[in-house]
Amino acid sequence: MTQMTKTEGSNKSNSDLLSHYTQMRRVRTFEDRVGELYLRGASAGSMLHLSIGEESAAVGVCSAMRDGDTFTTHHRGHGIFLARGADPNRMMSEIGGKETGYCRGKGGSMHIADMSLGHLGANAIVGGGIPAIVGAALVAKHRKTGAVSIAFFGDGAMQQGVLYESMNMAALWDLPAIFVCINNQWGMGTRIDQATKSTKLHERARAFGLNAETVDGRDVLDVVEAANRIVDGARAGTPGFLAIDCYRFYGHGRKDKSPYRSDEEEAEGRAKDPVEFSRRMLIKNGVNVEELDAVDAKIDAEMDATIEFTIKSEEPALNTMFRDVFAPGQPEPEPVTTRIDRVLSKEQY
Amino acid sequence: MPKLAYRDALKQALIDSMREDPDIFVIGEEVGRYGGAYGVTKGMIEEFGAERLIDTPISEPSIVGTAVGAAMAGMRPVAELMYVDFIGMTMDQLCNQAAKIRYMFGGQIGVPMVLRTQGGTGRSAGAQHSQSLEAYVMHTPGLRLAMPATVYDAYHLLRQALTQPDPVVFIEHKSLYAMTEDVDLTLPPPEWGKAVVRRQGKDLVIVTYSRQVHYVMQAAEELSKVGIEVTVIDLRTLNPLDFDTIRAEVEKVGKAMVVSEGVMTSGVAAELSARITEECFDFLEEPVIRVAGEDIPISVSIELEKNSVPTTKFVVETARKLLA
Repeated sequence: MTQMTKTEGSNKSNSDLLSHYTQMRRVRTFEDRVGELYLRGASAGSMLHLSIGEESAAVGVCSAMRDGDTFTTHHRGHGIFLARGADPNRMMSEIGGKETGYCRGKGGSMHIADMSLGHLGANAIVGGGIPAIVGAALVAKHRKTGAVSIAFFGDGAMQQGVLYESMNMAALWDLPAIFVCINNQWGMGTRIDQATKSTKLHERARAFGLNAETVDGRDVLDVVEAANRIVDGARAGTPGFLAIDCYRFYGHGRKDKSPYRSDEEEAEGRAKDPVEFSRRMLIKNGVNVEELDAVDAKIDAEMDATIEFTIKSEEPALNTMFRDVFAPGQPEPEPVTTRIDRVLSKEQY
Repeated sequence: MPKLAYRDALKQALIDSMREDPDIFVIGEEVGRYGGAYGVTKGMIEEFGAERLIDTPISEPSIVGTAVGAAMAGMRPVAELMYVDFIGMTMDQLCNQAAKIRYMFGGQIGVPMVLRTQGGTGRSAGAQHSQSLEAYVMHTPGLRLAMPATVYDAYHLLRQALTQPDPVVFIEHKSLYAMTEDVDLTLPPPEWGKAVVRRQGKDLVIVTYSRQVHYVMQAAEELSKVGIEVTVIDLRTLNPLDFDTIRAEVEKVGKAMVVSEGVMTSGVAAELSARITEECFDFLEEPVIRVAGEDIPISVSIELEKNSVPTTKFVVETARKLLA
């Protein structure tokens, strides 16, 4: 086996790393495919935000989670949900606006949720999903379930006031709550240092009394270690904050060519690719390339099938439009056409 | 029958509901040790403890957001906003989150929370503590809206709000807390979502809610003295909106007026007036008249404040003009 250095980082077993690599590769391939679907015009949302380059954050933090834990994600949350165990078919068809999707086509990319996996929802409002985990953590503490609740968000949400209210409450009440900032350096077209004077993000959380650290997202094993420390702390009653430094490979949305960034910057950022880094490390550690290629090929086939599933899935029926505004059994809203017809019809009188 | 204050009816509703349902808890500023800015939760911490009457920092967006998350995680929070005027701060959590979660997530989960707050004028509280913002709530699909006018309704509507599967915004009126009534709370409650005809007349239907019910009832008394008999409808809940009752009464009488404390333009009265015009057009003998708040902020001056929202006198004058 090749000599291991600190930076190429490992005294962990290859099987763990291979498992993380596989998860990251699935996320990457899923997002590549969903990007294709989108560019072909076969997805429903006008917006698609990919987390390519951020896979170690999703996989690393989710590896520290258990059954019963809950979480919310942001508008760039596909990877997190997939790493947490989502069915790619139901996920992609939700992104495609199909009846077979997690939310029966009503949520789309930015509003995926699945209560059975503790996913309390992706959010299209920057910072919008953060305080819900304070509530979920409050319930977990009250009911002594041992669960933690994690809010995932990007660096853009670091400037939203609701984050600070939520961290303050979580600390004040010793809640099993965790705030994970996936710092991809860009909030849409604004670089982090154009959005805040203070880029040492974890220092803000420490000021509220949280366990807080920043980790480089290049090596997923570093993220796993940091996530375990933060999650263990939260289970023991000290809420946590973890900033994971990484780089958003593409623009804000899939069609954004990111003209606001230099080629040099992008090249430097993409050189931190956590998927390729893990692959290199596995090869260094003696895993043979064929084995890794086989993993990749299996994932490719799985995601090809997912695209097929999505394309073949039905659109939701039009009459489902009025459903789920309120609970089942409650009166549904009256469609505008029905109202107009009723008003203009003299027969009713 | 025992005399009960509006404030105490609300407290009794919380106590009775919390005794029955251990998942209910109250969260907000000063709800626990202090007992609520208007005293509704005073003393409750002694029975229920700080875990069920949770005092928060002054952090409105997170108070509502925490309630959203707790409701999704299986409990039944009552979030308190000290004044409805602060609802703008919580608009994301209320309108983008609570109201839309069931729909966006394809019906997987709802947000059974109650947002208790108070609004309206009458305490010289100034422009930022005296608004009537119910139209904000009524405009958002996914939210229920209850606004009790009486002690009896304060009790029963809050009890019923705490069994709803969806988020309910519950707006009390700041000038009604001290109002007392002889009430028998053991009588069967009126149905959730149904309006009440508080007075039956033959000349004019007035549709209203919250404190204006009392002004309109006084106006109806005075109008009766000059031979004008008014039907008064108290909506009780604005969502669900019981339009059947409105339609039935307007069709009998043919003349309608809507009275609301909120500002006139694009307000609740505008919506109700449009619906009555649309749906009862063939029966209307006069235009539907809106009596509502002036399109101005509320003054701290007591005289200016009082006259910037409908008064009994104004309701009487407008009714007489309408019927002249």
